[in-house]
Amino acid sequence: MSVPKNLMYTASHEWVEIDGDKMKIGLTEHASEQLGDLVFINLPEVGDQVEAEGSFGDVESVKAVSDIISPATGEVSAVNDAALDSPGDVNGDPYGVWLAEISNVTAKRELLTPEEYEKLLEEEA
Amino acid sequence: MNLIFESSVAGRKCVQVPPCDVPEYQLPASLTRQQAPHLPEMSETDISRHYTKLAERTYGVNNGFYPLGSCTMKYNPRINEEMASLPGFTGVHPLQPEHTVQGCLEVMALAEEYLCQITGMDEMTFQPAAGAHGELTGVLLIKQYHKMRGDTKRTKIIVPDSAHGTNPATAVMAGFTCVNVPSNEEGGIDLDKLREAVGEDTAGLMLTNPNTLGIFDKNILEITKIIKDAGGLCYYDGANLNAIMGQVRPGDMGFDVVHLNLHKTFSTPHGGGGPGSGAVGCKKLLAPYLPKPHAVAGENGYTMDYDLPQSIGRMKAFYGNFLVVVRALTYVLTLGQKGIPEASRNAVLNANYMMHQLSDTYDIATKGHCMHEFIITLDKMHKEKGVTATDIAKAMLDEGIHPPTMYFPLIVPEDLMVEPTETESKTTLDEVVAALKRIHAMAEENPEHMHELPVKTVIRRPDEVKAARTPVICYHFDK
Repeated sequence: MSVPKNLMYTASHEWVEIDGDKMKIGLTEHASEQLGDLVFINLPEVGDQVEAEGSFGDVESVKAVSDIISPATGEVSAVNDAALDSPGDVNGDPYGVWLAEISNVTAKRELLTPEEYEKLLEEEA
Repeated sequence: MNLIFESSVAGRKCVQVPPCDVPEYQLPASLTRQQAPHLPEMSETDISRHYTKLAERTYGVNNGFYPLGSCTMKYNPRINEEMASLPGFTGVHPLQPEHTVQGCLEVMALAEEYLCQITGMDEMTFQPAAGAHGELTGVLLIKQYHKMRGDTKRTKIIVPDSAHGTNPATAVMAGFTCVNVPSNEEGGIDLDKLREAVGEDTAGLMLTNPNTLGIFDKNILEITKIIKDAGGLCYYDGANLNAIMGQVRPGDMGFDVVHLNLHKTFSTPHGGGGPGSGAVGCKKLLAPYLPKPHAVAGENGYTMDYDLPQSIGRMKAFYGNFLVVVRALTYVLTLGQKGIPEASRNAVLNANYMMHQLSDTYDIATKGHCMHEFIITLDKMHKEKGVTATDIAKAMLDEGIHPPTMYFPLIVPEDLMVEPTETESKTTLDEVVAALKRIHAMAEENPEHMHELPVKTVIRRPDEVKAARTPVICYHFDK
C-alpha cells in the first residue's frame, strides 16, 4: 500500500497536500481500495465554507456511500471537475487525482505524517 | 431477449373491442392526443410467452432460499393473495361513500388494533407507501411534537453507526442534522458516547433493535431513558421486527413511534418495487399529529376521521397501499396469538442454527447468539487470497441460491448479512450450509477462479459502474 512522503493524512483516509495556506484534498489508496469502484463524487462548490471534522462531500462506490471529512476550516477555492466526470480515475491513481482545494485555512484537524498514517494502516489491518 | 417494444408487429392485435353502446362524446381538442401512444402491437400468445419468459428469468422466494439480510424475504402464504383478491376489496373506488366500504374500513381499524398490540403503540396510520416513507412520517411526527410545544431548538437526530442508510437520510430529509454514535465492543450503542451526544438540541433517536449486526441491544431501556431525559423522543425502525414480534414490544422498550414494514415482517410480497406498506404506530402523545384521514369505529359503523387539526397532513393519496394491509391482517389472523411469537422464535432459531453450522468454516462477525440475522466477514480471506464477499455471492448464484445482503452493515469489512427467516426447513438450511462450505473450499483451493463466477447464469457479471453511471431506463422509439 503506497503512502507518499510528500503528503499529510487524516485518520479517515484522506490525503492532504499543504501549500502555504492552501490545501488540496484527495482519497488515499487504502480508502479507494476499501470503497471499490467509485461511481459518483459529490463535492462542495467553489466559495463554500467548510469546517474541520465536518462532512465535506461524499463518494459513492458500487458498495456504499461514504462521507469525505474536511481536514480544515476554510473556503473551497477549487474543485476538480475532471474527477467529478470520471470518478473511476480516483481508483486508478488515488494520489494523482485531487478532489478539492481549501484556502484561507483558519483551523486544522490533527493531521498524520506519512509514518503515522502507515502505522494506522498496520493497526487497522 | 427482446423487449416487448422490439417484439411489436404492426397491425397485430389481441383485443376485440365490443361495439359502443353509449352515445359518442367528442372531447375538447385541448384534451385529445396529438399522436397515438407508442404501444406494442402483439397477439395474446406473444404477450403471454413474453411475460412467461421474463418470469422464468426471475428468482424469488418461491424459487428457493433468499437470505437477504434485513429484508425478511419470508414466504408469502397463498391465503393472503386469496383474501386480497376478494372483489369487495379489489372493486372499490377510493371516493365511494363510507357506508358502502364498511368492510375495507374495518380491515384498517382491525389491522391497526392488532399491530398496535404487537408493537405496544396506541394508534397507527397505513398511509406510508413503504419503509423509508414510514421513517419520514415517523420523524415528521417527532418534529411536529417539538414544534407544537414551541421547542424549536431541537435540531438533531441521533443515529448509531450500525443503522440502515435510510435513517440518516430520513433525518436530513425531515430537516434535522444527523449525529452519528459509534457502536461498543458487543455491537450495541456506546452508552458513554450517547450521553455525550445528547443535549438540549436532541430531537430524537432512530434505532433498530435488534440492530444490523443481528444483536439485541440489552441496554435498550437505558438508551431510551438517556434520550427521554434529554427531552428527545425515540423512533423504532421496524426493519428487524421479525426477530422480536410477539416476544417484546418497542412500546415497552421506551419507543414513542415505530414504523413497520408490512411487506417484510407481515408477509406481503416485496422486492422488485413493491407495493409495500410502511405503517407508522405511535404513543398517545404523538397521535394528534398522525396523517389524516384515520379510520375509526363510531356508533354508526366505521368512518374516516378528517378532523385532525394538528395532523402533519397527507403522506400519500387516499389510504396508502390498502391491499397490502389486507394481506398483513390475513397473516396476523392466520398465525394468531400463538403463531406470531412462534414465527419470530423460529426465525431466530434458524439464523442461529445456520450461523453455528458455518462457524467452523467462515469468520462470523456477530458475537454470541444472533437474533434473526448474522454477519459473515470475508476480510481475512480477502487479505490472504484476494477473494471478496462479492466473489462468494457470485458463487452462490451458480449454486442456485440468492446471495445475502452484501457490504452491509458498513462497520464490518467484506461482509455478508444472512437472514434465513422462519419459513425455511432444516433440510433447506442444511443444503445451503453445504453449498456455502463447498464454495469456501473452492475459494481456498482456487481463489483466481472465484473472480470468473458465475458461469451458470444468463448474465454473468454486469458492469456495476456503468449501470450506476449511465443506466438506460427508457426505450427510445426513434432508434
